[in-house]
Amino acid sequence: MASRMKLDRKALARREVLLGAGGVVLLSTFLPRAFAEDKSVPVATPLPMSTPPAAWQDAIKAILGEATPLPGKIAMDVPEIAENGNTVPFNISVESPMSEAEYVKALHIVSTGNPLPQIGAFEFSPQSGKAQVSSRMRLGKTQEIVALAQMSDGKFYMTKRTVKVTIGGCGG
Amino acid sequence: MQKPRVKLPDSATVGEVIEIKTIISHNMETGQRKDLDGKIIPRNIINKFVAAFNGKPVFTANLGTGISANPYIAFTMKVPGPGVFEFTWTEDGGASTTEKQTLNVA
Repeated sequence: MASRMKLDRKALARREVLLGAGGVVLLSTFLPRAFAEDKSVPVATPLPMSTPPAAWQDAIKAILGEATPLPGKIAMDVPEIAENGNTVPFNISVESPMSEAEYVKALHIVSTGNPLPQIGAFEFSPQSGKAQVSSRMRLGKTQEIVALAQMSDGKFYMTKRTVKVTIGGCGG
Repeated sequence: MQKPRVKLPDSATVGEVIEIKTIISHNMETGQRKDLDGKIIPRNIINKFVAAFNGKPVFTANLGTGISANPYIAFTMKVPGPGVFEFTWTEDGGASTTEKQTLNVA
């Protein structure tokens, strides 16, 4: 009988824990949105530019060299909220006539929140017709994705997008 | 490596920009994970994908650890005329798989 009681209590405790967890999940899904609309409430900003981790900054520096990236030209189609960080689809394109004289040489994609920043570097040619690529990436946590387009004349364009990740893609 | 899958349009016209979709089975091991004994599972990813048309490279993807398992890659090409695509996937260590497909041009 005593053991039965204990079991019941355990089951009850587990139920409470589950309820609690459910509450937390609900809170974490709805709170950030509610806060985002109210500008007076400070929100945990995704990766402020003032204190970036060194790895992805180095990766971007290695791509750019001495060049300074310009804004624009890149259209990033990534989900605002990714439920599963293991496969986050993306479709990124760069505006360009893609002629022999003027084309996009490469498109670099860098993660600012993964243990390793390299996602991919895609090389185009005038024969590509369009500078566009679709694939799927892994994201360990909510972070900014940086896309860098390297043009045939040596110029660089840069665009960033934040992706909120519900379940991380790095075994976490 | 397993046999990849490639999807070309059924037919295309000269000058048209077509999309080519490719996928290959590969677990894209990042080198960040540990096995049950706490030992790091060595990195093994497909690090390069090249698409050539009639022997001329059209598109190259240098993949990092941030690309998902079973990498799916879709890209475009402006059709210069009829010909044969050759797709090559290369993993860490140098092993590679090649797939050839003919593009039907109307």
